[in-house]
Amino acid sequence: MGENSLPLPGSMDVAQPRGTARTVLENLHEWVVTVDHKRLGVLYVLYGIFFLLVGGAEAVAIRIQLAVPHNHFMSAQTYNRFFTMHGTTMVFLVGMTIIFGFANYLVPLQIGARDMAFPRLNAFSFWLTAFGGLLLYYSFIGGGGLYGVGSAPDVGWWAYAPLTARAFSPGHATDYWALALIVTGFGTLGTAINIIATVFSMRCKGMTMMRLPLFTWLMLVDSSLTLITITPLTAAQFMLLVDRYLDGHFFDTQAGGSAVVWMHFFWIFGHPEVYVLVLPAFAIANEVIPVFSRKAIFGYPAMVAASVAIAFISLSVWAHHMFTVGMTSFSNAFFVLSTELVGIPTGIKIFNWLATIWGGKIRFATPMLFCIAFLFQFMIAGLTGIMLSIAPWNWQLHNSYFVVAHFHYVLVGAIVFCIFAGIYYWYPKVTGRMLDETLGKWHFWLFLIGFHVTFDTMHFVGILGMPRSIYTYEPDRGWNTLNFVVSAGGMVQGIAVLIFAFNMVWSYYRGKPAGNDPWDAWTLEWYTASPPPVYNFAQDPVVRSRRPLWDLKHPEDPDWEYEG
Amino acid sequence: MSAVTQLPAAYEGEWRLPSRGRVAMFGLITGESAIFTIFVVAYVFYIGKSLSGPMPRQVLEVPIFGTICLLSSSFTIWMAERAIARNRVTAFALWLGGTICLGLIFLGGTAIEWHKLIYRDGLTISTNLFGTTYYSLVGLHATHVIIGLLMLTIVFTFALMRKVSQQHAERIAVLSMYWHFVDAVWVVVFTVVYIIGR
Repeated sequence: MGENSLPLPGSMDVAQPRGTARTVLENLHEWVVTVDHKRLGVLYVLYGIFFLLVGGAEAVAIRIQLAVPHNHFMSAQTYNRFFTMHGTTMVFLVGMTIIFGFANYLVPLQIGARDMAFPRLNAFSFWLTAFGGLLLYYSFIGGGGLYGVGSAPDVGWWAYAPLTARAFSPGHATDYWALALIVTGFGTLGTAINIIATVFSMRCKGMTMMRLPLFTWLMLVDSSLTLITITPLTAAQFMLLVDRYLDGHFFDTQAGGSAVVWMHFFWIFGHPEVYVLVLPAFAIANEVIPVFSRKAIFGYPAMVAASVAIAFISLSVWAHHMFTVGMTSFSNAFFVLSTELVGIPTGIKIFNWLATIWGGKIRFATPMLFCIAFLFQFMIAGLTGIMLSIAPWNWQLHNSYFVVAHFHYVLVGAIVFCIFAGIYYWYPKVTGRMLDETLGKWHFWLFLIGFHVTFDTMHFVGILGMPRSIYTYEPDRGWNTLNFVVSAGGMVQGIAVLIFAFNMVWSYYRGKPAGNDPWDAWTLEWYTASPPPVYNFAQDPVVRSRRPLWDLKHPEDPDWEYEG
Repeated sequence: MSAVTQLPAAYEGEWRLPSRGRVAMFGLITGESAIFTIFVVAYVFYIGKSLSGPMPRQVLEVPIFGTICLLSSSFTIWMAERAIARNRVTAFALWLGGTICLGLIFLGGTAIEWHKLIYRDGLTISTNLFGTTYYSLVGLHATHVIIGLLMLTIVFTFALMRKVSQQHAERIAVLSMYWHFVDAVWVVVFTVVYIIGR
């Protein structure tokens, strides 16, 4: 894949052109020591996109291996490493970094602040996350340890005990995995605290909580959820390290410990984590859909309430990953019902988005296309989620490709689509140039087709009984054609992402100049220059409604006359 | 693109925002609470599940004195906070020094307790499940006490150098939030380890 087609973080200078030319080294130095929330946001997103290409390359390799039965493209060991690294990379190094990049860049701009509440903590958090990622990938070289066994971690991204015990995972691969997640976890915690403090304490005059742009609101909810989601994982990783290095017995069944406890701790993190990733996707849709429908968002208070409700409910659903472990009927029933409860606030959101589009004057620019696809795909992902939440159905399909198809529908169909929408939407603000629309449409349609070919088909492979995490299969199971189709779709997605990467670079140099407000939008980030100056706003803005730029552009019909 | 002019320059009425330090410390405490919750849950779940001795009842003694010291340090730091808010730097340094002493006494108590457990009772982190959960939970809390003491000592050094004054009252208030949290966690750890778990 084209990891190298992207400029290194740092070689891409989005700051205002200065009078004197600076050397590459000076530029690089400025990027390394920066505490500017916009530069850190850009670093986060570029870092995330780099690992998106790495994780994508791993996915492509996995699909090549599975395209035909009895394939020898890679060994079973390598396959295990690849799906472990694919999962870990995509969740921690792609999802988390890109969403926090968006938050870093946009939250201060949207609330009319000059920077985050703690700029240096912000830089510290980014570099923690960045080095955590390096630590994880260093395991390819250093994971062998003194025993010369293993290389990258091969325990799955959920790392169930007792597979992670020293007896079954010798060498240091699993330690790199645990340490990398602890380090990125602290980075994430720092950023989450920073965003919360920024939203509460840095708002410009008039920006009351009920006038916050919904993007900022959802990032606040998301960061609060992160505080209590990432930390249980950190705690569990510490326990794992105690077991591995100090001969502890937390997950050691031979000394009375329990492997199921690890599962609980992991999913207490793991399920809310899905919502930590999807709430920012909602946040992006909340900005893009109204602007491209030319209507204010429908049901602003309901959207806020639904987001908070999702965050709360998501904390009580984790054991729906564990129906096959053998819990009591009461636990099963509880987790079935709590999981289905999530459908209510998410349903409210879907209806509100539809009502926003309804009767609007829709502009089908690339960001809007991605958001419309998101609406459909997220619907389906939600419906298969409801199917899987029903315990007997889950017993049948647990650990099959149906589950893989379901969560990729959420992670790719909802989150990645919205991230692309967000990048097309805010790229002009960050660089001062538009992303190319023709390439954008190619990217969208190829990615959409590739996505559906891959993941729609994957549901059927799952229903036909193919288990996940197997490196090959027998030719007589009736999975051959379907698997080949899934793999072919994967390649189409790969090509689409390469077009996107090319577009990012090409438009940076050749794109159409954007101006301050190319989409005729309403939130404060479009009030300042593109790219914004270091201090964001020459004068602290004052707002009187949820859409300050609408008020400016339409003094005869301002929003604040209607908002309570 | 419509003609963008200027946003309103003046805001009628008072505009007050919460202190960013307090909000951030509150966030940190929330996250830390989740970490402690996981360790406490693990401890409670594994009570009585050790396959070999020594068991808690045989070796644990209730650290009454250390507990009293640690809990009183919440009072002394509150007094220190009050003193600096009124710009009484000497009183502040005294109360802060007292807080540090109480924290050190607590840590010393833990050190003596662990020494006894390791050398007399032969209980280490790898002996049995009780050892694993006990040292992790109490050790995690002790780590937080140490971090708190380091920060308090830095402030104390500045106070002795007369570099602390009323303008730092808010920062000290934020630091004392952390110290209160460490104390509050001890109440939970104490209850779980020395009362329920014994």
